[in-house]
Amino acid sequence: MTVSKQIIGNVELVTQNDTHFGAEFIVSSLDDISALPSQLKADYLHAYDAIKTVCDPEIPVLTIMDLGVFRSLSISPEAGVVVTITPTYSGCPAMSMIAFDVEVALGKAGFEAVNVNLSLSPAWTTDWMSDIGKEKLTDYGIASPIGKSSELKTGRAALFGITHVECPRCKSKNTEKLAEFGSTACKAQYRCKDCLEPFDYFKCI
Amino acid sequence: MKNENLYKYLVRLADNSLIFGHRIAEWTGTAPTLEEDIALSNFALDFVGQSRSLYTYAAEIEGQGRDEDQLAYVKLLHEYKNLLMLEQPNGDFGYTIMRAFIYSTFMHKFWLKMMDSKDATLAAIAAKSEKEAAYHVRHSAEWVIRLGDGTEQSKQRMQTAANEIWRFTGEMFETDGVEQALIAEGVAIDPKDIYDDWLSYIQDIFETATLTLNQDVYMQSGGRNGQHSEYLGYILCELQWVQRTYPNCNW
Repeated sequence: MTVSKQIIGNVELVTQNDTHFGAEFIVSSLDDISALPSQLKADYLHAYDAIKTVCDPEIPVLTIMDLGVFRSLSISPEAGVVVTITPTYSGCPAMSMIAFDVEVALGKAGFEAVNVNLSLSPAWTTDWMSDIGKEKLTDYGIASPIGKSSELKTGRAALFGITHVECPRCKSKNTEKLAEFGSTACKAQYRCKDCLEPFDYFKCI
Repeated sequence: MKNENLYKYLVRLADNSLIFGHRIAEWTGTAPTLEEDIALSNFALDFVGQSRSLYTYAAEIEGQGRDEDQLAYVKLLHEYKNLLMLEQPNGDFGYTIMRAFIYSTFMHKFWLKMMDSKDATLAAIAAKSEKEAAYHVRHSAEWVIRLGDGTEQSKQRMQTAANEIWRFTGEMFETDGVEQALIAEGVAIDPKDIYDDWLSYIQDIFETATLTLNQDVYMQSGGRNGQHSEYLGYILCELQWVQRTYPNCNW
């Protein structure tokens, strides 16, 4: 279980996941969630609901929660709403779009002072993608990352030709790599040799 | 500045990534095949992306309220500290691939070691960049083998490229006071520590590619001190044009 903690004013915000990062959102003070004033608690939930609607512009079936791109949320009278996100790939052009979408979503939800921060540490990996996110990805026609990024051998096995990527359409494992680099930095191009359909594979990174 | 060495170190690394990314991006739209066009554009994107992280962090360390754009776009030529190898023109596809292979192999090993840096942000940038570099190495090494062990013409071009590029490799392993201080603190890494690994990997691939490694060359350096070849000026003309013409413009 991954738990990230952040001190906001005199309360501590905890982002916690049971199955994946960002699935559950729990606000608690150092003692208890009830220590948060009810208005602030409501604000957090309201803001979180708004952020939850933001999707990756390149892969619109995935929310930034599914991707694990959302890191934390804090609300304070001084700084307003501060949302921290993390880039997937170094040069991911979607980041500024995501930051913009987060601002718009929060603006629509009635928050005026909104800041979106980019945090590099700790570095994002595909391990943070939720299981639901991986399913959505496959249903969308993009093969989801195979293996664990934290384990070099399994994480890179697919692209380095050691394990086979399953076709997201016909589920055949009789597939071949066309190119290591695909339509976006995080994807590679594959082709299914049974249904002959070309498809993207989300690299395990 | 509280940590001037770290600032300088970050700018050097960022300049390397920016200039190389910009160079490789020249292939976008003109690479030999569509897949290769996409691959090289991806390379470029990775390098420019890495430079953004590094410049942003450098600006934060500097603490003067500057941002990544100001560190990247409004500097004079001698203020760029990139390696000479990276500013050289792309040449033919063979030269581009050979340089990408030699440099990416170095950077992959460099980032792997940097992941243990005592500086958490630098270690995080390294963790991300290492994965990208692994793909750069893999992709370029495949081409080096295919072209080296290919036709008479492709082999000759790859050999010429290797011979041309080698004189710029010495600079990758040079360190000065700035780096030595950071190495002692466990923040930077000593490039000499990865030299053997780097060289043996290059030798392995060259052997498979039936190429010869001619190491008997006079090493060129100067980029670290802002002494560049004439080619950087041409890059900057294009790179800085928008920011110079419309200062601080945004889109």
